[in-house]
Amino acid sequence: MIWDEKYECMDREQLRELQSERLREVVDRVYNKVPFYRQLFDREGIKPGDIKGVEDLSKLPFTTKDTLRGNYPYGLFAEPLSKIVRIHASSGTTGKPTVVGYTKKDLDTWAELIARIVVQAGATEEDVVQICFGYGLFTGGFGLHYGLEKLGTTIIPASIGNTRRQIMLMEDFATSVLVSTPSYALYMAEVLQEMGVERESLKLRLGLFGGEPWTESMREQIKSKWDITATDNYGLSEIIGPGVSGECLEFKGLHISEDHFIPEIIDPETGESLDFGEEGELVFTALTKEAFPVIRYRTKDISILWDQPCSCGRTTARMKKVTGRTDDMLIIRGVNVYPSQIESVLMEIKGVAPHYQIMVERKGHLDNMEVKVELEEELFTGSFRDLEAVEKKIKSGLNSVLGIDVRVKLVEPKTLERTEGKSKRVIDKRELTDS
Amino acid sequence: MKVNQLSVFLENKSGRLARVTKVLGENEINIRALSIADTTDFGILRLIVSKPKEAYSILKSEGFVVSETEVIAVCIPDKPGGLGGVLAILEAAQINIEYLYAFVGNTHTKNALVIFRVEDCDRAVEVLKEKGVQVVKEENVYSM
Repeated sequence: MIWDEKYECMDREQLRELQSERLREVVDRVYNKVPFYRQLFDREGIKPGDIKGVEDLSKLPFTTKDTLRGNYPYGLFAEPLSKIVRIHASSGTTGKPTVVGYTKKDLDTWAELIARIVVQAGATEEDVVQICFGYGLFTGGFGLHYGLEKLGTTIIPASIGNTRRQIMLMEDFATSVLVSTPSYALYMAEVLQEMGVERESLKLRLGLFGGEPWTESMREQIKSKWDITATDNYGLSEIIGPGVSGECLEFKGLHISEDHFIPEIIDPETGESLDFGEEGELVFTALTKEAFPVIRYRTKDISILWDQPCSCGRTTARMKKVTGRTDDMLIIRGVNVYPSQIESVLMEIKGVAPHYQIMVERKGHLDNMEVKVELEEELFTGSFRDLEAVEKKIKSGLNSVLGIDVRVKLVEPKTLERTEGKSKRVIDKRELTDS
Repeated sequence: MKVNQLSVFLENKSGRLARVTKVLGENEINIRALSIADTTDFGILRLIVSKPKEAYSILKSEGFVVSETEVIAVCIPDKPGGLGGVLAILEAAQINIEYLYAFVGNTHTKNALVIFRVEDCDRAVEVLKEKGVQVVKEENVYSM
């Protein structure tokens, strides 16, 4: 089913015209209503009239997370607080959070966008949906909530925490759709096993996962542990929250609601725009937001865009599932390493749990990377030879993918830190004073 | 004739071994023999205990990674050349030994108890008995 055929299946020429029209409007709006953008455009010598359409997009400067921090808390709002009905903020791992606002119309738009992505993932009004995202400043909980309500599903606003209780609710309330981060879904599967709850006693059939980058191999783990369809959706509070894009059941990328957002891929080093099919950093311009319009926001997420129509019937551009971020990238002895690469190696090795942690240290002038991997109980035979064989297999797998020597350390199951939100995969202990 | 040995995977961090012994102690399980083999990163603790089945499930429920392995226990005269004789029998029969550990302190019998992990337990038992070596019954090991 398609929630909004008019926009999701729009002819791409027509869509481009619509985007151009909306881009002109939003550029005009930010210039007139947000002092920061007026100053920025003036400094760059850009007049709103210079932007005639999508083809002029690359003339505009980028907005970054630092821009948001620098205008904390309300500096980038384009509407007075009297028109703003909701505030959300993203977790500030360093210092202050980044704050976003929504008008009534923005909340309507948001719910529409969520309805689109949950419908394309296969949810229907018959479904009982358990939302295991925090209801709070984080956009996940409320975002999914109103969109699913718009569709007419039965919502269990379970929020986060108390995993055993979550599973009890899932069993008793006959939950058919789970909304959570993918790492929490894996954690829940472990608790499910511990509790001895039979899979057959659950009605779960579909997972709507988002909130953090995850790999295809993690999807396979979720599918095999839960026996459900596992879909990805994407969004970030700076753009609107979840609902920016989501997978359809063709699993050929995430459809972006291009009538509301213009996606771009840029080279993260040079800022240069890249073509469809090329990998780089995702950048979004929010076309229709009233309270918090952003121009060319750099997401730091790495992806690829495709513009060919999808076999599901939608014509909107698709983005490749995000598996890494430009700031996740570790440079180990001059080699670029993404945690997702390590994860994909581990997932292919039998007997290794999908739980790992990467530790980077500098000894003398050399970077040392150690990967701690939890041993699956079934694998332990009591023999040294077998354990060493696993270690060796991981080591050589990592070595061939990364091209560097990695120390592998097997650890006892369930000893690495688990979180109910996003997982902490990397601990970088290097102290770099000269950067 | 085959003795049930428990192997426990231990990360090399303080307190893990103490935790194993504490859990067993609290459950009135006696350790009959033990050995630890380790690398820099992890160790494997091998245990012969009074109640192996019970110990297995207790350790598992405490979150340890445990596996059960069949080993044989051989009683060897506590005198020079005692172990050598047994090894020679196994070698002649081309039975490979993965590891072994020994206990001398059995004061009643003046014998040493040696635990063998070999490739083929059944054949090892057969060969040793044929040559008159005393292979100890599992119940006698557990209740030593």
